[in-house]
Amino acid sequence: MTLVLETIDLTKRFAGITATNNVSIQIAKGARHALIGPNGAGKTTLINLLTGVQRPTSGRIVFDGEDISNLPTHKRVRLGIVRTFQINQLFGDLTPLETIGLAVSERRGQGLDWWRIVGSRTDLVMEVVEILERFHLTDVIDARTAVLPYGKQRLLEIAVAIACHPRVLLLDEPAAGVPEDERHEIIAAVAALPTDVTVLLIEHDMDIVFSFADHISVLVNGALFVEGSPEEVAGDPRVKAVYLGEELVDV
Amino acid sequence: MIASRSTILSATEWLSARARWHPLEFVFWIVAFAAIYLVPDRHLILTEIAWLGLFALSLDLILGYAGIISLGHAAFFGFGAYTAALLAKYEIINEPVVAMLIAGVAAMMLGFVTSFLVLRGSDLTRLMVTLGVALVLRELANRYGWLTGGADGLQGVTIQPLFGIFRFDMFGHTGYTYCLTVLFILFVIARRLVNSPFGLSLLSVKGNPLRASAIGISVDARLVAIYTVAAGYAGIAGALLAQTTAFASLEMFSFDRSADLLLVLIIGGTGYLYGGLIGAIIFKFMQDYLSVLTPQYWPFWIGLVLVAIVLIGRDRISCWTTPIRRVAARMNWRTLGSPQVAAPTEGP
Repeated sequence: MTLVLETIDLTKRFAGITATNNVSIQIAKGARHALIGPNGAGKTTLINLLTGVQRPTSGRIVFDGEDISNLPTHKRVRLGIVRTFQINQLFGDLTPLETIGLAVSERRGQGLDWWRIVGSRTDLVMEVVEILERFHLTDVIDARTAVLPYGKQRLLEIAVAIACHPRVLLLDEPAAGVPEDERHEIIAAVAALPTDVTVLLIEHDMDIVFSFADHISVLVNGALFVEGSPEEVAGDPRVKAVYLGEELVDV
Repeated sequence: MIASRSTILSATEWLSARARWHPLEFVFWIVAFAAIYLVPDRHLILTEIAWLGLFALSLDLILGYAGIISLGHAAFFGFGAYTAALLAKYEIINEPVVAMLIAGVAAMMLGFVTSFLVLRGSDLTRLMVTLGVALVLRELANRYGWLTGGADGLQGVTIQPLFGIFRFDMFGHTGYTYCLTVLFILFVIARRLVNSPFGLSLLSVKGNPLRASAIGISVDARLVAIYTVAAGYAGIAGALLAQTTAFASLEMFSFDRSADLLLVLIIGGTGYLYGGLIGAIIFKFMQDYLSVLTPQYWPFWIGLVLVAIVLIGRDRISCWTTPIRRVAARMNWRTLGSPQVAAPTEGP
């Protein structure tokens, strides 16, 4: 098993709470790795630490054998660690076309080009359109992102990340809040991600998790609780007690 | 999957749509240049409009495109003005064009250094920091009176003729042609800049810095870059004022000047480059007209107009111009063909 991303004793404390507690997690190259846990378990904090949005209190993050704990977010993106957001973080005034066009031109290192007009590179436009077609966004290509239906915005969330050519893609609840009839588009988009991209998926929908993941880590109260194959995790009595049990109580 | 050809064609069309010159823009610049010959008796006020428009354009670059609000933009204006005036006074650089460019570069350097102060914090922090920088510069200019002339301003400045040929006359004929030409060139450059991938990245940084960094954009570096460029523009605007009046004074750094500038830009609307120019035209003519009508109380009317504009704009301050722009956009489509028309040209 080749590791692509690894955390070593990663800890993040906010005033009074330990959001991430000594987490050592290993993500194998090409894995479909799911991260589950009850609300407040520290899943999003872990993503924030991996992407550099927050800095760990202690511990290290290693990507491809290199310590990246102190790299700023944009440099980690350049290395190939790309995320989506649980709550849409899009550019409301830009169109999907401009959004993807921006992501692709930045990836190609043309972001400091201040003289050429955005649409003047045919190969760039071709790649942008190809991505928009793949995510079924061609019918809203020139609409302001802020007015798109929620399901389309969720698709755009993933499309933007894909446009950055991730090597590790961190999906933070891609289907969160998507109405039932638009859900299948998101699930299909996640399932169709290229196999050479390693995926870490946070999701509450257990159908999606178990149909998608080949490895599951369970996070409880900021600490790694159980790890293993979907079968092992599903059969683990502790997980049932702590995680699934809580869900039953919720119902 | 191969992207369909018609989609690529319309995508190219849409991506370039913002950058295309609108017929009204041609009209705007033709009228501006025609004024050189048509209204020679108004060149003094037109000169003021030209440098004020450039100054407001500079603020639009940071406010309208990168979301940096400033109440101290006069810092760069004054710095450019003093640089140009000092270069002329001590006969270091006699060619006004070269002196103007040096003033721009000097202001850029000041902009670069102070840009790091506006990277962090909310709008309120930025207002206070920019205001503070301008106050500090003003007091430095006051303190070092042996160089700047202190409270009396820098006197005894003689501006040599442009290219050694065109004298700056008291009617503003040379001044207007000079300022308008500089404004036009810098406008065209700014227009390219905001429609480039770099300009698009500025809009993303303004819209959502969290996501901008998540697609690999160094938010800080982009803000430093545009702040530096905008400072250069403001410095050149200051240099134009100093050169056309052969004078520089502490007032050029003043809070009033920064505040008026914000007013000018808001009157014209932010985020489409013409806002500063249109705002400058309205502001100067209003000032001219009202100060004749009520010499003491004209700011009262300016204040009233400002309140009215903000009330009409409501959600977004730039909103009140949106209906005009929408009409303009529709006219553009009819003249140049809508993107939908581009699709059927798909070849075999």
